[in-house]
Amino acid sequence: MARTASKSLFTADLILPAVGDAFRKLAPRALIRNPVMFTTAIVAVLLTILLAVGQDSLSLGFKLQLVVWLWLTVLFGTFAEALAEGRGKAQAASLRATKAELTAKRLKKDGDAFDGVPASALRMGDVVLVETGDLIPSDGEVVSGVASVNEAAITGESAPVIREAGGDRSAVTAGTRVISDRIKVQVTVNPGQGFLDRMIALVEGAERQKTPNEIALTLLLVGLTTIFLIAVATIPSFAHYAGGAIPVAVLAALFITLIPTTIAALLSAIGIAGMDRLVRFNVLAKSGRAVEAAGDIDVLLLDKTGTITVGDRQATEFRTVGGASQAQLAEAALLASLADETPEGRSIVLLARERFGQTAQALPQRAEVIPFTAQTRISGVETGGTRIIKGAVDSVIRALGDNPVAEEMELRRITDEIARAGGTPLAVAQDGRLLGAIFLKDIVKAGIRERFGELRQMGIRTVMITGDNPLTAASIAAEAGVDDFLAQATPEDKLALIRKEQQGGRLVAMCGDGTNDAPALAQADVGVAMNTGTQAAREAGNMVDLDSDPTKLIEVVGLGKQLLMTRGALTTFSVANDVAKYFAIIPAMFVALYPGLGVLNVMGLGTAQSAILTAIIFNALVIPCLVPLALKGVTYRPIGAGPLLARNLAIYGLGGLVAPFVGIKLIDMAVNSLGLV
Amino acid sequence: MMTLQGWLLIAAFVGILLALTKPVGLWLFALYEGRRTPLHTVFGPVERGFYRLAGIDPAQEQGWRRYAVHMLLFNLVLALFTYAVLRLQGWLPLNPMGFAGTSEHLAFNTAISFTTNTNWQSYAGESTLSNLSQMLGLAIHNFLSAATGIALAFALFRGFARRSATTIGSFWADMTRVTLYLLLPLCILYALFLIASGVPQTLAGSVDVTTLEGVKQVLALGPVASQEAIKMLGTNGGGFFNANSAHPFENPTALTNFVQMLSILVIGMGLTFTFGKAVGNTRQGWAILAAMLTIFLIGVTITYWQEAAGNPILHGIGATGGNMEGKEVRFGIAASALFSVVTTAASCGAVNAMHDSFTALGGMIPLFNIQLGEVVVGGVGAGIYGFLLFAILAVFVAGLMVGRTPEYVGKKIEAREVKLAVLAIAVLPLVILGMTAIASVTQAGLAGPLNKGPHGFTEILYAFTSAVGNNGSAFTGLTANTPFYNGLLGVAMWIGRFFIIVPMLAIAGGLAAKSHTPETAGSFPTTGPLWTGLLIGIVLVVGGLTFLPSLALGPVADHLAMIHGQTF
Repeated sequence: MARTASKSLFTADLILPAVGDAFRKLAPRALIRNPVMFTTAIVAVLLTILLAVGQDSLSLGFKLQLVVWLWLTVLFGTFAEALAEGRGKAQAASLRATKAELTAKRLKKDGDAFDGVPASALRMGDVVLVETGDLIPSDGEVVSGVASVNEAAITGESAPVIREAGGDRSAVTAGTRVISDRIKVQVTVNPGQGFLDRMIALVEGAERQKTPNEIALTLLLVGLTTIFLIAVATIPSFAHYAGGAIPVAVLAALFITLIPTTIAALLSAIGIAGMDRLVRFNVLAKSGRAVEAAGDIDVLLLDKTGTITVGDRQATEFRTVGGASQAQLAEAALLASLADETPEGRSIVLLARERFGQTAQALPQRAEVIPFTAQTRISGVETGGTRIIKGAVDSVIRALGDNPVAEEMELRRITDEIARAGGTPLAVAQDGRLLGAIFLKDIVKAGIRERFGELRQMGIRTVMITGDNPLTAASIAAEAGVDDFLAQATPEDKLALIRKEQQGGRLVAMCGDGTNDAPALAQADVGVAMNTGTQAAREAGNMVDLDSDPTKLIEVVGLGKQLLMTRGALTTFSVANDVAKYFAIIPAMFVALYPGLGVLNVMGLGTAQSAILTAIIFNALVIPCLVPLALKGVTYRPIGAGPLLARNLAIYGLGGLVAPFVGIKLIDMAVNSLGLV
Repeated sequence: MMTLQGWLLIAAFVGILLALTKPVGLWLFALYEGRRTPLHTVFGPVERGFYRLAGIDPAQEQGWRRYAVHMLLFNLVLALFTYAVLRLQGWLPLNPMGFAGTSEHLAFNTAISFTTNTNWQSYAGESTLSNLSQMLGLAIHNFLSAATGIALAFALFRGFARRSATTIGSFWADMTRVTLYLLLPLCILYALFLIASGVPQTLAGSVDVTTLEGVKQVLALGPVASQEAIKMLGTNGGGFFNANSAHPFENPTALTNFVQMLSILVIGMGLTFTFGKAVGNTRQGWAILAAMLTIFLIGVTITYWQEAAGNPILHGIGATGGNMEGKEVRFGIAASALFSVVTTAASCGAVNAMHDSFTALGGMIPLFNIQLGEVVVGGVGAGIYGFLLFAILAVFVAGLMVGRTPEYVGKKIEAREVKLAVLAIAVLPLVILGMTAIASVTQAGLAGPLNKGPHGFTEILYAFTSAVGNNGSAFTGLTANTPFYNGLLGVAMWIGRFFIIVPMLAIAGGLAAKSHTPETAGSFPTTGPLWTGLLIGIVLVVGGLTFLPSLALGPVADHLAMIHGQTF
């Protein structure tokens, strides 16, 4: 389930089962979920019956072909849906296999004794023991111990992750394997409701319910079908006035071509494919509604660390005070940091070496490291009677006791400058004398500024959430190009911000992992929980990112938009197609009543019968032709709504007007040259 | 031949209307908001007097259900009242010609016709109705049905404009304000202008005159000017005389003709501006108006072109020039063609020429205008609320293409809105086509049309289209004063009016309850040419395609027969 390269849509192992499923889906119970296709099927049944008992002027061969193409129209629709489901089914099968082999070591109420039970017997609140090599039998929370866990079965990522009791890394997922140590896990879900079950249901599309948008669209399609039913059903009376009669088969053909079969056939495939894209992107949405909401997002709340900036701050500059030289400061900083294994410490070493030519590779033999403690909040080294310390500015000043006032003032000025520039200052002192400050800078991720620019084009406002002070936050915000920031943010602040935005009518997306993020995740319209996060966070969000990559929030919005766009594009295309179909069938139908109406045959179609047959063939064939588009989705470009609409209207609106004229003409030429009528 | 003069007339017409849109829209906006206008010093006491008399608190607003129920009851009572007046006119005063009460089916048809702002006239006014019937039975509707339309438009505007609200205004306050501060004062001025132009305004009966040829002729007179004013302004269209605005007493001069056309569209166009103002962005209103006017001008061009080109069959037997049959020589082709498109674009239905005598395609445009749902400017109020239903559909169909849940002027368009809009829009084809189908296969129906062949079919189709669209213009040619047509058309008019209004009000109520989504760069743009083009497309495709088969068998077949020299 890793983010594998998307499998080609049309491989034999996907298509063949889909063909079988397409026929299975003809069952009325399944078909009625799609009213337009259901109507088409009814008309097909009707015509099939009329084939045997009906009497009119039409040849049997012609009617037979109409009936076949009507059935094909229905089948193409069910096939599209089956194909969309196909990929998910394969994934579900492998997940099920994982699930089947799960057994649990359920701990007795007291002590470490356990009995082996199948995972399906576990209930919420049970505590199980999981040891090296065991599969975790159920979703839960680590209550004691620490272990490294391989979560490849879920995330596709083979590097193990640490799971430990307490804190934000306590959630474990059924089906993942403990590869070292042992943990006790308290079960948090009942059988059938776990993460794995949800995933299976999701990728299979079994739990798929129509989303609000799909319901609205279905209503529109039903409405259009009704209107066209009236338009077609009244024709016999009009024809009667003109002294003629129109065969039922012809009326049926007109009706089926006019109703929006194209979009109706592809509607559920579009929805399934949209969810599938998300799954292949390693994001699980708990409902289709959440995916749609992602497209509507107005405000994105993004955590600074890990999303906007790379996780760790890096030293970028040495600033001296009191006449110390840069080299002096660099050397002191290097020595003080050689034993510092934090990323920040390493970055100081790197800077000193690369920019100031410091060569010391290791501490001198007799050096004594001054470790960082929460009390002193400084660290450093003592070597050869020299004592070098570094740390937060206030702590260093306090540690030194009395300093020359001028130097302290100078240091204060420098550290203010650093904060304003979005950095964190670290003071360095040698033998009681202030040397200067190290500029630790938050490194804004490459390309993130452009991404925010794109988001702005989409009409999405980005808000950076950070625990930094406002000065630093403002500077980073400006550098990264976010629209707004929330500094010194507490979980409560986050929640309040989301509520405020929502009161203004905006939809908010955020991601989070900690338990204290849970209320905000639940409040947000789209809350993406990190898979590494706590169970509480994963329950609160409506999506889970298996890769735990907060940047993905941006892509999720794009996927949501793509889903909506694909629906809109195909609806527009489907409705625009009707113009050409009218021009094919109306003259064919009425030319016997008023020969003059032949001039409406602008496409110059061969005969009346070929025109009707051609329209119905086009109407059927356009469905499989659009299946790739429905499954892959319309390409989303962050160019703003205006240009996007212009572009899509040109392609799917204008294209929808013109394409059938061309298509019908070509099919008509084929039909006539093959002598099908 | 189309002439420069003709085009200048059309250009001047559109230009003046555009200039009037904003001032009229602003005036309407003041009424929409319930603000004080300069006229309040004069009519304010009258307004308050009405409220006291009726025991209404104008500040007490209604939810959509109450608004709808009050509106329906009000209209029902009015319809019953008019039915009674028409049936009893023989016993009532102001009946100088001593006309007897009308038949049940005519009274039924006429009462509904005027209540629904249709003003379909199955009767000839001057030879059927007393002055009391004209003034009290009918003219009252000209005011109140127009005010109802505008009030309903206000209600829908409020739905779009308000946020998380439970009410959409007070029906009674809207009605009273629109009547007192807009229709009544404007009509008084308008009527004075008409009187000065030679339109009669008297309670006397007919006069007998001896013409220049020495023949005795009866000239019907009556309170014409007052009815004429509201007939136009309120897009009612019911003339005092059978010949309507082709009659010299209704429409004596080229100037009155021009002003009449202006007055048909002026309120409807003003309302587009009011809408923009109400939702806080006047460009929203202009975009709608641009779409309406584009369809309008296409229609004018086709009709003018066809009428100016004339009938080749007549050319073949020596006639020259355009098609003057059924047109007043005083007005000529351009002014008649323009009038016909104006009166059908708005659901007015007044005519200054006989649409039945138009060329096939020239007459198809008025028909098609009504089939689109009377949304090309449309009737006062009804035009804009009808158009907004299409806007909802347009936003929904294409809005998804920008990758967001469709929104229109800050309101999310969801399942409920789509369902109700489709319901309202489907009423039109259902009743028009359904009833035309009935009429074209039944004995009683087939007895109606004057002509045979496709033209006769068009006459039937036009009658039902006009009724459902609440237009009221007739293609003439159809003998409609029969129980069959009076009954069926009466039902058609009622459905065409109220079966659209109720879902529309439900939409208004639902929208008002929604919160507002702020516009961003990612929002679907509902201003500008792209949107205007899309609106035109949706109106033509959804509103128009349904009627293609019927148009093919009617006017199109008629036209093709004409150019092939075939007669029926």
